[in-house]
Amino acid sequence: MSDVSLTINGRKVSGSVEDRTLLVHFLREHEGLTGTHVGCDTSQCGACVVHVDGKAVKSCTMLAVQASGSTVLTIEGLAHGADLHPVQAAFKEHHGLQCGFCTPGMIMTATDMIARHPEGLDEATVRAELEGNICRCTGYHNIVKAILAASKTMAKAGKGKAKVAA
Amino acid sequence: MYSVNYHRANSVADAAKLVKTGDAKLLSGGMTLIPAMKTRLAAPSDLVDIARIPELKGIAVSGKTVTIGAATTHFEVSRDEKLKKVCPALAHLASLIGDPAVRHKGTIGGSIANNDPAADYPAALLALGATIITNKRQLAADKFFKGLFETALKDGEIVTAVTFTAPEKAGYEKFRNPASRYAIVGVFVASGKDGARVAVTGAGDDGVFRSRQIESALAKGFSPASLEGLKLPADNLMSDIHASADYRAHLIVVMAKRAVAAASR
Repeated sequence: MSDVSLTINGRKVSGSVEDRTLLVHFLREHEGLTGTHVGCDTSQCGACVVHVDGKAVKSCTMLAVQASGSTVLTIEGLAHGADLHPVQAAFKEHHGLQCGFCTPGMIMTATDMIARHPEGLDEATVRAELEGNICRCTGYHNIVKAILAASKTMAKAGKGKAKVAA
Repeated sequence: MYSVNYHRANSVADAAKLVKTGDAKLLSGGMTLIPAMKTRLAAPSDLVDIARIPELKGIAVSGKTVTIGAATTHFEVSRDEKLKKVCPALAHLASLIGDPAVRHKGTIGGSIANNDPAADYPAALLALGATIITNKRQLAADKFFKGLFETALKDGEIVTAVTFTAPEKAGYEKFRNPASRYAIVGVFVASGKDGARVAVTGAGDDGVFRSRQIESALAKGFSPASLEGLKLPADNLMSDIHASADYRAHLIVVMAKRAVAAASR
């Protein structure tokens, strides 16, 4: 067992976990943050993507103890109260989901992607950067549309950079 | 995953001590080790996390000499402006590994210490004639990569950095498995005053190797035209569900031509 302490969605959290506990299980089972999903469990599907110290990572491929001392942002920490994050709003607007299982990971990957491309995104870049996120419903088309739209909205609002720090 | 004891090392000296515990393994980005532990293909008693050791991180470029700390992530290598000026091919290679989330965690030291036969970095380091620096010694890439998942590293030896002289020209092209993004064939070419060095990953049944046939063909001129009509034997190449040895032999020449073209742009 190891003690872990980290900041999740702006809240300081600590606990004692088995060293083999994956970050995704810590988030879901210890913290009740079930928005982060386990899809494939083989590091391929990206349903478990969260931000650790501002970077998108697969929380099923990282131990909770590895994240100790870090700042974690999950899908639950994205919206400001009732106001959806621009990427969440764009997924809703452009019908970027059907069953919704991959959506939390898609949105966390998208916010990271938009933050890393303040110069703007094109379709080819979005599709290449979505390589680590698998969706079995949509055929990706509307996901790509939603990310492109969100990227434009955020560039206009000047929010691209600001959200990474959150 | 079986039970494991986690330790976080604060320095290389600290890691060298901790790695002597039980059947310990070093943990860097964990992009191979954690999945292997989850499927119980690996079951170390202890993990020594070296990813946060400051002396293992960062990229230094001085003239043509490039030194990359072992715990530097693929993302950092792909984005480094100093590196892009002297050896853009290596930054390009790093940008092709896995996906963004994998590149944020995976490290160059972890990749070469694991020496997956389809990993990208071993081809680059072999073609660049890089030197691998450990906490005990320095090793030429030619002596470091020994076979499938085999390196010259001794028990408890820790890769701390890699260093190389940037070549005049270099290029990397890979034919990817669309699911895993690992190379079915990847070819790194480097050209300098001593001629061309060409290394192939993904194809050899004993891991990464230098292609002397392509190197001597390029001695006639560092151009894709020099490789026109070249046929490589399929001996010692892998056959698996993704590609036959014959197909890989063909792909090596195709990827080499594209890498030479990319290097010449």
